[in-house]
Amino acid sequence: MSAERPAAPIPARPAPPRPRAGWSWHHPATRARIWQLLALLGIAALLGWLIHNTQSNMAARGIQSGWDFLGQTAGFDIGEQPIAYESSDSYWRAFAVGLLNTLRVALAGIVLCTLLGALVGIGRFSRNLPVRALCRGYVELFRNVPLLVQLLVWYLLLVEYLPDTTEAWSWGGAVFLSKSGLVLPFAQHGADGWHWSRPVLEGFSIEGGAALSPEFLAVLAGLTFYTAAFVAEVVRAGILAVPRGQIEAAQSIALSRWQTLRLVTGPQALRVMAPALTNQYLNLTKNSSLAVAVGYPDLVSIANTSLNQTGRALECIAIVMAVYLTLSLATALLMGGLDRRDRARQAP
Amino acid sequence: MKISRLSLLALALAGLTSAHAGKTLDTIKQRGQISVGISSGVPGFSAADSKGQWTGLDVDVGKAIAAALLGDANKVKWVPLASQQRFTALQSGEVDVLSRNTSVTLTRDASMGLAFTAVVFYDGQGFMVPAKTKVQSAKQLKGATVCVQAGTTSEKNMTDFSRIHKLNLKPVVFDKFDAANAAYFAGRCQAYTTDASGLASVRAKEAKDAKAHTILPDLISKEPLGPLVRRGDDEWLSIVRWVVYGLIEAEENGITQANVDKLKAETTDPTIGRLLGKTEDTGKLLGLDKDWLVRAIKAVGNYGEIYERNVGEKTPVGLARGKNQLWTEGGLMYALPVR
Repeated sequence: MSAERPAAPIPARPAPPRPRAGWSWHHPATRARIWQLLALLGIAALLGWLIHNTQSNMAARGIQSGWDFLGQTAGFDIGEQPIAYESSDSYWRAFAVGLLNTLRVALAGIVLCTLLGALVGIGRFSRNLPVRALCRGYVELFRNVPLLVQLLVWYLLLVEYLPDTTEAWSWGGAVFLSKSGLVLPFAQHGADGWHWSRPVLEGFSIEGGAALSPEFLAVLAGLTFYTAAFVAEVVRAGILAVPRGQIEAAQSIALSRWQTLRLVTGPQALRVMAPALTNQYLNLTKNSSLAVAVGYPDLVSIANTSLNQTGRALECIAIVMAVYLTLSLATALLMGGLDRRDRARQAP
Repeated sequence: MKISRLSLLALALAGLTSAHAGKTLDTIKQRGQISVGISSGVPGFSAADSKGQWTGLDVDVGKAIAAALLGDANKVKWVPLASQQRFTALQSGEVDVLSRNTSVTLTRDASMGLAFTAVVFYDGQGFMVPAKTKVQSAKQLKGATVCVQAGTTSEKNMTDFSRIHKLNLKPVVFDKFDAANAAYFAGRCQAYTTDASGLASVRAKEAKDAKAHTILPDLISKEPLGPLVRRGDDEWLSIVRWVVYGLIEAEENGITQANVDKLKAETTDPTIGRLLGKTEDTGKLLGLDKDWLVRAIKAVGNYGEIYERNVGEKTPVGLARGKNQLWTEGGLMYALPVR
């Protein structure tokens, strides 16, 4: 029948029967709603009981609780400060510094692991055997060694083999590399407009410029190299998921291998890869909490210190949990949005 | 690390069903074992040897309590705890006593549901630097990067010291003692800060050449270390407190691991007779028997013996008695009278 009238509009589907008005236990939608309500009430009651029980027991044991400590003076210094922070600032601000340090390393890590992972993943389809083997070896090595071990190795390599701060390697007196990390000249906006802040060796330390500490570099390297191994596998799986016929079709119109990848395989693979990539980004962000092992002052490190100064264990851990939950949901939402936009654009 | 911290939290939530006022002693007797929280590796205070046996000053305090209570210094479950875990472990009841180089501060005492028993070591926070830097005083450390362990009073003391003397010290904070040590010895930090006893211990254990590292003379804080218990169980608090005082009194009166039996049999000295349960029964008041202190001394010796064996000048840690000398010898060790 379609052969005779190819251009005929597709008839609209009949509308689903409208749910009957009024209450009836026999109506599935009503039953579902009641069950949902009961489940919600149950969860709320359980949470309420947990909170009440914890609070009353803490009170009985003389353990103070509450959020008032966030306004008090933190009283400890933080080694890396993306925003101005003094030890006389509040715990609030200390937590903000920790959060920004977490974001800083997580965002840089996401960008770098995507680039490296894509290279390695594509490299596994190379016609060149050493390249293929190298990429495969990379994946097997980095995904099978625990991340914590990798972090410690990176860190000890950095601090063991770099020169002391006072004997820093210097390039043109502008870039310094030492056990204090990598210090670069940095454009700063002051009262007299933009100017270069150049690092200078003063006493025990290098002042001025922008410094990337060995802690930051170790965490960044650890997260990047570890996660890139998983990203490479996601990329490989994504490319493999594109039907063979697509590649053959591309070859039949004389596209080069690179053109095929960029115009045919890549875009289709991206759609398959998006959810798995999101997972990797979430993992990377959460894994950054291991930073405290190598002395990087991320959110967890700040929470640890605060917990010990104030004894507010439940509060500090709650903050950490809430922050990671928010970051995860935000990442998922963002990736979901990108994916939907992508699909809409590619829709036939 | 994170998992154990969360499980501790879960314990805190689940286990806190009622306050155990006065129940700790009964629980321990029933269990036949004391659960003692210790640090996981500070030579001289608590560290495991190659056979997995825990030794150290903090460990001996735990053994003395076990001997006084249960008649056997080995009836202890040792629970190695990181700095960040120690308070939660005590609060949640995972350990009965925290014998883990912990300094007491007003905040810790008043707001965490914990109670301090007695001082077993008078300490102060110090700095260690590589000898080649020729630094003589902590006040010369301007702009220096300093390695420090998370979850300690050291972080805050150092910040205060840095502000007062305008030193702009830069902390690098590690969550494990071992990690902080490794970073310092790899040269990441120009100085290392913790309690002076900890510095001596680290230097003895980790440095390739102990002479290559100088512990600076400045002590920037008071760090009285001693066992802690939960608040609300006064009976248990008294037991721990008087075991410690008993060990100090024993040293004052010349009672040692070697002579305790002989003294008990032969003494005519009323003080020694009382201490060893010969003439008076002090143990009864604590809910123990009259031989409680005899057993503790037989297990680990008096305070001086414990000190010399674990951290004294003849040990690798090599700490002079200093402030930890008896008050009669010019030190601060002063036991409230065991009578």
